[in-house]
Amino acid sequence: MFFTAVSSPLITSFFSFNLETKKAEMSLSGKDKTVVKAFWDKVAPKTAEIGGEALGRMLTSYPQTKTYFSHWSDLSPESAQVKKHGATIMGAIGDAIGKIDDLQGALSKLSELHAFKLRVDPANFRILAHNIILVLAMYYPADFTPEVHVSIDKFLQNLALALSEKYR
Amino acid sequence: MVKWTEEERRIIRGVWEKVDIDEIGEELWARALIVYPWIDRYFGSFGDIFTTTAILKNPKLAALGKVVLSALDTAVKNMDNFKALYAPLSRQHYEKIKVDPDNFRLLAECITITIACKLRAELNPQVQATWQKFLSAVVEAMNSQYK
Repeated sequence: MFFTAVSSPLITSFFSFNLETKKAEMSLSGKDKTVVKAFWDKVAPKTAEIGGEALGRMLTSYPQTKTYFSHWSDLSPESAQVKKHGATIMGAIGDAIGKIDDLQGALSKLSELHAFKLRVDPANFRILAHNIILVLAMYYPADFTPEVHVSIDKFLQNLALALSEKYR
Repeated sequence: MVKWTEEERRIIRGVWEKVDIDEIGEELWARALIVYPWIDRYFGSFGDIFTTTAILKNPKLAALGKVVLSALDTAVKNMDNFKALYAPLSRQHYEKIKVDPDNFRLLAECITITIACKLRAELNPQVQATWQKFLSAVVEAMNSQYK
């Protein structure tokens, strides 16, 4: 009896309206995409280095993140393992920028990996994003204006969302 | 309150020495409002803060930036007991301005990013970790009267 009452057209359209607005929440505008692509082109020569730095700083400033890397012998910022993995991450981000119109599709396999194999708590994506942003600001202070900052922040947030897609 | 080591005190003072309160103060709120535009809910009396251009030249925002950094200066100079010193500020933000305390975290991140633009490689991983630890303690102090 309760369920037939709930399935009235008004209520159905209310729920689907909310689902639609949820999907559109803070999504990337055309301007965001342009800004992100242009900035990434600029920083392309240094992305590997930036990735290594960002990962090293994440492990130093947020020691709880080290729990995911207990299989590495050296978790310091100078570690070759850290630098290599940071470069790998930035490579994947660069690939995602190439498919910025369909991040969910682009990250589907990586999402499965993080969800089922690595089982990284998605809260950590925000932490890594903060460190990537900080290192970008350090390397390109004049270019990392507030407008570039917001577009990159939004992009990384959308990336994190796509990466969390397969979790549950 | 946190027990700071000599090394941590040295690092925090070292970062703070390089911060020009006027310069960083001017940029701070501009970055926060552009990156987290919902913060403008607290700025009804600040005039035009609705476009990037307006935000970047709003004198009230620049002035407020200096106010915030002066308060941070108090924390740097009183590292062992700023939680007590911040209690009235915390109460003011809770009862009068009614600020969601999550914004303290957002502003702290903006402060760190703005300082990173200035200090660049001098903000090495160890310095970043210590500076962020300090700002977390400041954020905690700002949260202390929210009850």
